[in-house]
Amino acid sequence: MSFLQVRNIHHTYFTKDTATTALSDISLTVEEGEFVSFLGPSGCGKTTLLSIIANLIKPTEGTVLLENKPVSTLKNDIGYMLQQDYLFPWKTIEENILLGLKLSKQLNEKTKTNTLNLLKQMGLNGGIEKQLPKQLSGGMRQRVALVRTLATEPKLLMLDEPFSALDYQTKLKLEDLVSNTLKAFGKTAILVTHDIGEAIAMSDRVFLLSPRPGRIYKTFEIPKELKRLSPFHARNHEAFQGIFQTIWKELESLEQTTEKSRTPS
Amino acid sequence: MNKQLKKVELLHKNYIQSLKVEKRWVRFYQAVIFVLFFSIWEFLSRNEWIDPLIFSSPSKIWNLFIDNIQDGSLFTHLGVTLTETIFGFLLGTFLGVFIAAILWWSPMISKILDPYLVVLNAMPKVALGPVLIVALSPGYPSIIAMGAIICVIITTIVVYTSFKEVDPNYLKVLQTFGATRFQCFKEAIIPASFPTIISTLKVNVGLSWVGVIVGEFLVSSKGLGYMIIYGFQVFNFTLVFLSLLVIAVIATIMYQLVDLLEKKLIKQ
Repeated sequence: MSFLQVRNIHHTYFTKDTATTALSDISLTVEEGEFVSFLGPSGCGKTTLLSIIANLIKPTEGTVLLENKPVSTLKNDIGYMLQQDYLFPWKTIEENILLGLKLSKQLNEKTKTNTLNLLKQMGLNGGIEKQLPKQLSGGMRQRVALVRTLATEPKLLMLDEPFSALDYQTKLKLEDLVSNTLKAFGKTAILVTHDIGEAIAMSDRVFLLSPRPGRIYKTFEIPKELKRLSPFHARNHEAFQGIFQTIWKELESLEQTTEKSRTPS
Repeated sequence: MNKQLKKVELLHKNYIQSLKVEKRWVRFYQAVIFVLFFSIWEFLSRNEWIDPLIFSSPSKIWNLFIDNIQDGSLFTHLGVTLTETIFGFLLGTFLGVFIAAILWWSPMISKILDPYLVVLNAMPKVALGPVLIVALSPGYPSIIAMGAIICVIITTIVVYTSFKEVDPNYLKVLQTFGATRFQCFKEAIIPASFPTIISTLKVNVGLSWVGVIVGEFLVSSKGLGYMIIYGFQVFNFTLVFLSLLVIAVIATIMYQLVDLLEKKLIKQ
């Protein structure tokens, strides 16, 4: 049995005037230790799907199983990292990273030391624990947010465009850091992104979603030689361009078909 | 290079100097207005250009001030009013925040109570004075209730609005850690709304003074409001002006204290 099983997910948002189907018949599996990406144009329900897997939204239909247990019965097995760091500005870095442990009552000397060590492993030392988030740069803050997410030792990590608010250089560095850290801890991760390069460089598999309603349009297996490399080196590998072009073309054709279907006849 | 540095230093010094000069002029004109106001008042009153019976004069007020301090009556009245205002202010603020918390807790209750809040907010609360006095007996309880009731509804509305406006992504972060609703409230809602709560404190200081003074008008036994209404009844306007000036000074001090508190707390 697969680590994560997503079965026949449908999701519809209701408002007074409309019922919008955001996701339609999504089924997929993710193996333990795997890194997968959801790629797609805006409005294809990527974030909705992520929220459903993380049990933040209840799907209209379908089930999500993590290690054969429905996600609604789990506690603290899924970590979630948002587009921006969302560090609490009134808490110090230390209070921020220990928040998850505190809320789930796992805070003790051992977990605290582990978390502070993790912060050091992320290259954040020199007494920043006592500082406030606003004293840190964007890249540092996102690293702190990663520590906060990892502190509760989730089995599955959700990354909702975590690098999109950063400048290019910081983004490349963080991709490497996140990828290496997750590999070192053997974590399973799902990344949502609209950046083709990022999806290829970081993942083992890429799910291309089509918009309105969101469906899995195609699945791409990333070549072995790229999987082994860190994201930065993967971007420079000769195989990178090939798969990039393939996905690019699929995205193009996807856009054309959706445009055609929307043109009134 | 060194020359350049010295030049910058000099310019900086000049800049600081100019700021100081400006501040001094501002203070000077503020003092001028103060002195002019009271001396013109004194002058007009002595020459009977304005009716000294109605408008009194600064010197008379000052003499009465000294008298009342010596016989201790001013302190009694001031103490009474201050106690009532502080309790009314605290009670109104805490109750307002508490009700706001309940509304946030249950969207259903908030929907049900919405029209009542609108009505209560629109109604002039001082009009409830007579009812409160009869219900709670004249004295501290009814006057404190006046001070509280005048600021509780507006506090509820303002604080509840700020609770609702907290970035939902902070709640999302907490939910991913499996936080309960109470934990969300404690970790995100309250700290994020802290600046709003502090700024309602400032508004409430002013409002509870209104409630308490009106309450004392109605009860008429003790306090600065009583001094005003008594002075009015016996046509002793020196007494009226004395209590007005004392209220102005004390209310300003209270406001400044809250302002100081705000600056300290927000800085953290």
